[in-house]
Parts: sequence; structure tokens; C-alpha cells
Amino acid sequence: MKLNRLLGRWLPSGRTGVIAFPFFFLFLFFFVPFILVIGISFSEQRMGVPPYTNLTQIQDGVLNIALNLSHYQFLMTDDLYLATYLSSLKMALISTLCCLLIGYPIAYYIARAEASLRSTLMMLVMLPFWTSFLIRVYAWVAILKNDGLLNHFLIWLGLIHDPLRLYHTNWGVYIGMVYSYLPFMIMPLYAHLVKMDLALLEAAYDLGAKPWKAFFRITLPLSKNGIIAGSLLVFIPAVGEYVIPELLGGADTLMIGRVMWNEFFDNIDWPMAAAVTCAMVLLLLVPMALFQHYQTKEMEELS
Amino acid sequence: MIKPNKTLSSTVLGVGYLFLYLPIVLLVIYSFNESKLVTVWSGFSVKWYAALLDDEELVTAAWLSIRIALLTGTAAVVIGTVAGFVLARFGRFRLFTLFSAMINAPLVMPEVIIGISMLLLFVQMQQFLGWPAGRGLLTIWIGHTTLCVSYVAIIVQSRVKELDLALEEAAMDLGATPRKIFFSITLPLISQALVAGWLLSFTLSLDDLVLTAFLSGPGSTTLPMVVFSRVRLGLNPEMNALATLFITSVTIGVVGVNLYLRRQERKWAQEARLAFVEAAA
Repeated sequence: MKLNRLLGRWLPSGRTGVIAFPFFFLFLFFFVPFILVIGISFSEQRMGVPPYTNLTQIQDGVLNIALNLSHYQFLMTDDLYLATYLSSLKMALISTLCCLLIGYPIAYYIARAEASLRSTLMMLVMLPFWTSFLIRVYAWVAILKNDGLLNHFLIWLGLIHDPLRLYHTNWGVYIGMVYSYLPFMIMPLYAHLVKMDLALLEAAYDLGAKPWKAFFRITLPLSKNGIIAGSLLVFIPAVGEYVIPELLGGADTLMIGRVMWNEFFDNIDWPMAAAVTCAMVLLLLVPMALFQHYQTKEMEELS
Repeated sequence: MIKPNKTLSSTVLGVGYLFLYLPIVLLVIYSFNESKLVTVWSGFSVKWYAALLDDEELVTAAWLSIRIALLTGTAAVVIGTVAGFVLARFGRFRLFTLFSAMINAPLVMPEVIIGISMLLLFVQMQQFLGWPAGRGLLTIWIGHTTLCVSYVAIIVQSRVKELDLALEEAAMDLGATPRKIFFSITLPLISQALVAGWLLSFTLSLDDLVLTAFLSGPGSTTLPMVVFSRVRLGLNPEMNALATLFITSVTIGVVGVNLYLRRQERKWAQEARLAFVEAAA
């Protein structure tokens, strides 16, 4: 009996055990790796396996810790890196705004459609998200190329005479981003618009408000959280996007995810890639914290 | 009730769905094009589909991808279900903020960040523990599972929150242990969420390129890696054929499961109504 109680104090209870199982999995494979990235961003590139030096070294009984700051110095002084950060932010921001402008009316009219149609309409929005991301980006290559389907069509219509240059330019990247991330914008917008109480709009109309005014004074403010959630769902991954600029962008399309990929796979400079990653995380810290805030709020609202 | 403008509504939805589906439809149509120049139509042909079967690199990669996706779906559902249940029912425990942040972050975090950090973890672990030996199926599996656990957890937690607590309370009053309640009451009630989570994890894993590129080693090339290495050089009719097969099977799978779940739900609702009527009579 005594032993039991003693053991009970030391062994985790059932509740703690249940929490610990997913917690430790995520802690080991998601959280710890970030600490390692920070550490390795302070080491130096070398030939061999692994291709970076150790931070600590014991020599003649003395522990030496060498922090190499050169990667960060380089990141902050090099014009190309600075331009890449700004360009990533700009492209992600413009893509997010376009997604919002296109996604809002779609989400709005799905939410106002017949109740029996809504779930089918939403399934049709989500279906492209289930099919391959890579395939959906690739599908645009055939459309955007100089001798591609869009240019053929526009020339046939007589609207243009010389083909538009879209493939391998920033325009291609914007189109690819909006196309790929649109479902992520529509989902939260729809979720907020569909649960809105329409009696509020009726009241506004009864009091003489014009439809536009009612929209800006009632519908839009009520869908604010949906707008924020959708924008974050698009903006954060878009900043670090690699596949879209690589397939649709040009050699001059500067995006931070691409630069990191090149440092890692082409230059085999892992410490530099780690430093670029840390800078990217720093850039995304505020949007990520905002996302976490709204997700937690959402979870609590449900109960 | 306020009705939206019918014309405006159909125009917006029409243009919206056209934008979402036209590129995919064109991709499918041109997979039957005979010409090697993908955008110039020269006649109907299924020769690119035949070419797929002879492409040994592709078939090997597809088989590896399917195995990883099956493993990922299963592991992610097991861990994600527990995580979702903890999120929904355990209230605010110590480290709750860290826990929910580790669930939410992978949903939005750029994959290049997750990729490099997990790779560095595996390299360090191999250096100090000797495990995992090299990179391949195992490391890709762990990586994909970490990503998919979040999606499963979110799906499961929202389903658990919808559940009627009375059922579990009734079982508790009848003397069932928490473990018994979870396995014989909660789990069957959220089975739809588990199916949805498994399917989502399966397709996410099958499609993942960036994370896989970091976590794969020599000899473990997955299907998206092969596809990417070919399409980055430009158009490739064989890839159109492959994409068509992929889209068709995913569409059939998702629509089929969706219809099945919806019918199941209607049946349950009807049974519940009948039971209520009988009890009242």
C-alpha cells in the first residue's frame, strides 16, 4: 500500500500520460529541431559529414565554445539578402490581398446560397486542395507559356498581337500563389459568414440602410476574424514558398524560401541556410503569434 | 429573409469555380494530346498513359510514396486523435500554450523551415545516438507524421467539442473507467473525423515535395520528387497523364467518402429520432 502510494507519486497519472504521448512526439520532432537550427546557424561550413563544425570543443580539459556570427553579419549587410526579404514580404502581401479580393465574394455567395447547396459548393472549393499542390502549379505552365494556351486564346480573340510574357516572371508567381492559396482564404471566411445572424441585416434594411452601407457597417465587421484568419493562412506560408517561384517565377524572382533552398542544396552551406531560416522565422514571429492567438480563441468559442 | 441578387451571385460563383477548375480541366484534356508539344493539339492518343507504365523510375517512386502515405495516415491518426482529444477535453494544463502552439504552427509554417530543422535533428541524432541510420523511408515517415498530426488534431478536437457530454457522463455513472469510455463511446462517435483525418494525411503525404526533399536520402526518391525534377524543365506530356490519373483517383475517393459519410449521418439522425419517438411513446 505504501509502496503503491510512493510509486503513484513518481509515475505519471493517467491524465499526464495521455498528454505526454503527443506532447513528447511534437516536442522532439518539431520544437527541438528549431533549437538545433539556431545552434547550427552559429557554426562554420566545412567539408565532410556533417558539413558544419561543432560549436563546443574540449581541448586540454578546457571547454571552448565558438559562436560564428559571420552569417548574420553577412545577412544584415548584403544588399541581395535585404532585397530578398523585402521582395518575399511584398509578394506574399500582394498575393494575400488578391486572395482576399477574389475569395471574399465567393465565400459570401456560398454562405448565402440555399442551405442544401452549401456543403456541395464548399466541397468543390476544397477539392482542389485535396488534389496535388504540385500538379496544380504545373497546370499553369501550359497556360502561361509564351506559346501557351492563354496567349493563343488572346491572340485568336484579337486582343493582343504579341504574346504576353507571364511565364518565368513575377506575374506567374502571383497567379500561382493566388490559385494555390485561394481555398485557404475561402474556408475561414465562409465559416464566419455562414454563422452570421441575417436578422441584423434585415433590421438595418428596415431602418433604411442601403445594401452597401449595411454590408460595410454589419457584414464586414462581423467577418473580421475570418478575414484575419484567412489572411494569415495565406500570408505565412506564402513568405517561405519555394515550389511556385521555382516553377513559375523567373531567375530574378527573389524569394527567401528559394534562397535558403539554394544555400542548402546547391552550395551545401548548411550553417548559412540555418541562418537564413532563423531570419525567416524572425520575420514570421508576429504573424505566427497572431495566428496562434486567433486559433486558440476559435477553439474556446466552440465549447 | 434577405435574398442575394441572383445574377450577381451566379456570376461570381461561376467565375470563381471557372478559375479553380479550368487549369485542371485543360491539364486533363491535353494529357490525351498526341503531340509531344503539350500546348499544340494534334490528335487524340493514350500513348502517354502507356509510357507511364514503362517508366521504371516513376513506378518505383510511386510505390515508395504509397507505402509512406499509408504509414503516415495511420501514425498521424493515432497521435493526432490523442492530441485532439487533449485539446478538446483537458482544459488548460501546464504547458498548454506550448502544446497548442506546436499543433497550430505546422498548419502555416513554411515547409522549408520544418524541412531543414528536422533534417538537422536527424543528422545530430545519428551522430550522437547512431539512430536513425541514414535517411530514407523512416525519416520521411516521421517528418510527414509530424506535419499531419496537426491536421488530424484540429479535425478531431472540433468533432469532440460537438459531442454530447451526456453520453460520456451516463457511461461514467454506470461505472465505466475513463479508458473504457474513450474506446467504446468517444472513439466510435468520432470515427468520421478519424476517416477524414486519415484521408487528409494520406493525400498530404502522397503530395509532399519540400519536406521530403530534405528528409530523403539516396535511393529513396518519392513520386513528387520525380515529378518536380521533370516539370521544372518545362512541359512534359507524360506528367500530364500522371496528373490526370492522380486527380481522378483523389476526386473519386474524396467525393465517394464524402457521400458515404453524409448518408451515414442522415441514417444516424433518423435512428436517433426513431429511438426518441419510441421512448416517448
